[in-house]
Amino acid sequence: MMKFIDEFRDPVLATELVRRIRATAKQPWVLMEVCGGQTHSLLRHGIDVELQDAVELIHGPGCPVCVTDISAIDLAQQLASLPGVMLASFGDMLRVPGSQGSLLTARAAGANVMMVYSPVDAVRHAQSHPELQVVFFAVGFETTAPATALAVLQAHQLGLENFSVLVSHVRVQPAMEVLMQAPDNRVQGFLAAGHVCSITGYDLYDDFAQRYRVPVVVTGFEPVDLLQGILECVTQLETGTAEVRNTYGRSVARFGNPAAQRVVETVYEIDDRAWRGFGVIPAGGYRLRENFATFDVQRRFGLTRSTETNDSATAQRCRAGEVLSGRLKPCDCPEFGTACTPDSPLGAPMVSSEGACAAWFRYHRGSKL
Amino acid sequence: MNTSIQWDRNCPIPIAADAQRISLAHGEGARLSRRLISEIILPRFATAANRGFADAATVTTIGCRLAICTDSHTVSPMFFPGGDLGSLSVYGTVNDLAVAGACPRWLTMSLIIEEGLPIAVLERILDSAAHAARECNVTIVAGDTKVVPRGAADGLFINTSGVGEMMDPVPPGPQSIQVGDKILISGPIGRHGIAVLSARESFAFDPAPLSDSGSVIHAVASLRNSVGEQLRTIRDATRGGVSAVLHEWATECGHTFEVTEARVPVTDEVRGACELLGLDPLYVANEGTIVVAVDPRFAEIAATALRRVPGCEQAAIIGHVQPQGISPVTIRRTFGSSQPLDEPSGALLPRIC
Repeated sequence: MMKFIDEFRDPVLATELVRRIRATAKQPWVLMEVCGGQTHSLLRHGIDVELQDAVELIHGPGCPVCVTDISAIDLAQQLASLPGVMLASFGDMLRVPGSQGSLLTARAAGANVMMVYSPVDAVRHAQSHPELQVVFFAVGFETTAPATALAVLQAHQLGLENFSVLVSHVRVQPAMEVLMQAPDNRVQGFLAAGHVCSITGYDLYDDFAQRYRVPVVVTGFEPVDLLQGILECVTQLETGTAEVRNTYGRSVARFGNPAAQRVVETVYEIDDRAWRGFGVIPAGGYRLRENFATFDVQRRFGLTRSTETNDSATAQRCRAGEVLSGRLKPCDCPEFGTACTPDSPLGAPMVSSEGACAAWFRYHRGSKL
Repeated sequence: MNTSIQWDRNCPIPIAADAQRISLAHGEGARLSRRLISEIILPRFATAANRGFADAATVTTIGCRLAICTDSHTVSPMFFPGGDLGSLSVYGTVNDLAVAGACPRWLTMSLIIEEGLPIAVLERILDSAAHAARECNVTIVAGDTKVVPRGAADGLFINTSGVGEMMDPVPPGPQSIQVGDKILISGPIGRHGIAVLSARESFAFDPAPLSDSGSVIHAVASLRNSVGEQLRTIRDATRGGVSAVLHEWATECGHTFEVTEARVPVTDEVRGACELLGLDPLYVANEGTIVVAVDPRFAEIAATALRRVPGCEQAAIIGHVQPQGISPVTIRRTFGSSQPLDEPSGALLPRIC
């Protein structure tokens, strides 16, 4: 494993790729790295600075907690505060502010909130605590959706009546459609999210690339991966081609991971979904199929999720929507680094280890870009 | 119904299998309390100096300056690869004394036990603490035991206070750090945090990451003997990791600390786990690894001296001090320019995907 990391952080190789990108780009191209993990790596390794004036990198929406709508967080808080309920979720999600504070602040006030590393841990907890209703707050893209699906299948096989899921899984490709359709779109090429593609494959981008005449390059997360993806994208743009290419072959196959896809297909159906900052994206998420509806938290507790746009003071001050759609650089937000910091975030992008604002705060604060 | 009743010749009450666990009665000052102390605790720490454990211990010094510190210890799980709560509660306090420039001599140990803790577990923890105390050549001279109802503590909390004799030369402290000084680390970082995290969450990493939980007495002594007058300050990089120490020093001395990522020793196990979880080893806790600031002309001598100490073979110069820059602590990554290394904020939360 370490071998792969060191090879793909090789400074000599990286410097050579930077030189080739600069030599290839005859004009400044605007690329979007879709995944927040890519954003963090680009900033951490200073690749955006190395490529300044040759390639502009716009940070995409691929940060699962960032795009989770406030209504879902509010619903999770409401559930966690019910007597006899234990709410489980991933670490990052616990710090994201909803309209009444975060799940961690709710925990400090007495709500039963647990951090888990895998949805299966939540199932195990339900099994060993029959006196509790365990709710898993499921966030994430196609990458984490199969793990939640497996947990649901497991709970189904075990006949667990005290496990349910608040499904907030989202699908990345429909969001890319929305971005391309926006009248003020500036994106000329995509670095597609490597880990999402390891599940979904990339054949689904063929039609997308053709329709919008935009190159889509499946890209990994290490400096050499990212630079290879950028070079491929820039080469296509310079030669006027718009094709789907895979530069993350060690992890991604054309048709993805069929076993994971089957699990997803079994458990979920595609649904429209409200994304923070995007509004409702057609086919932008998953919901449980009718066979598994008994594990749907809303059905279990008879709760409904607000579909209204949240207009709490915090939500208004955080311009996550503009950041997530690449319209606003984190450092250009008036709250960046002053009212909004990782210690007291106004919105999710400042919290998450995949959020663009957190990446800027960590790696670019104090530098001028 | 459990029928395994045995008769204890010292006690007229039939003792059920439950006697293998700590009960509230163990804390109520009566016969069970006395037996807990006299049969389970005292024999493990008995020396000529502490015979009987009176309410207060008396110790004799030879008129030197003393260092005093206290630290409370809790860790979940109590046993983790490379250590446990017992040895940790000794090393933690001993290390605080050592990095302050003292030779640790005496400890007190206070146990807060949750009702229901198996006595066998308590015995293992105390054995380990006693072993660590012998290794560090410190005497546990006084102690206390409380039992709290189930749910009021997480198994066992241990507070240890320590007294040590100050040894010359004493490092003057972080205010004395100057531009140009070098920063050293005594071994690979992040091992304790990752070992505990993987044990707590049952991550099946293979090989399992081992904690660095241990004494830094020899490392500090080796520095004192080799470059004593040129040492600025020493700290053990516990919670918040190396980053937290450097941020604290930066506040004290007003300069910027630049770390070169490629020079920081990290084991493959820790690196792999950190990559997987989205953590940075510079923020992860250590329990037997020190950070040292030293006059640059003596940095190589200090590194060589450290490397001779068992367990510090990978000691390295990882950075230097420069005039105040864009951030109190900066890091030069393997590729690209120097960046701010942020102060740790709150618990480390792993990423989602």
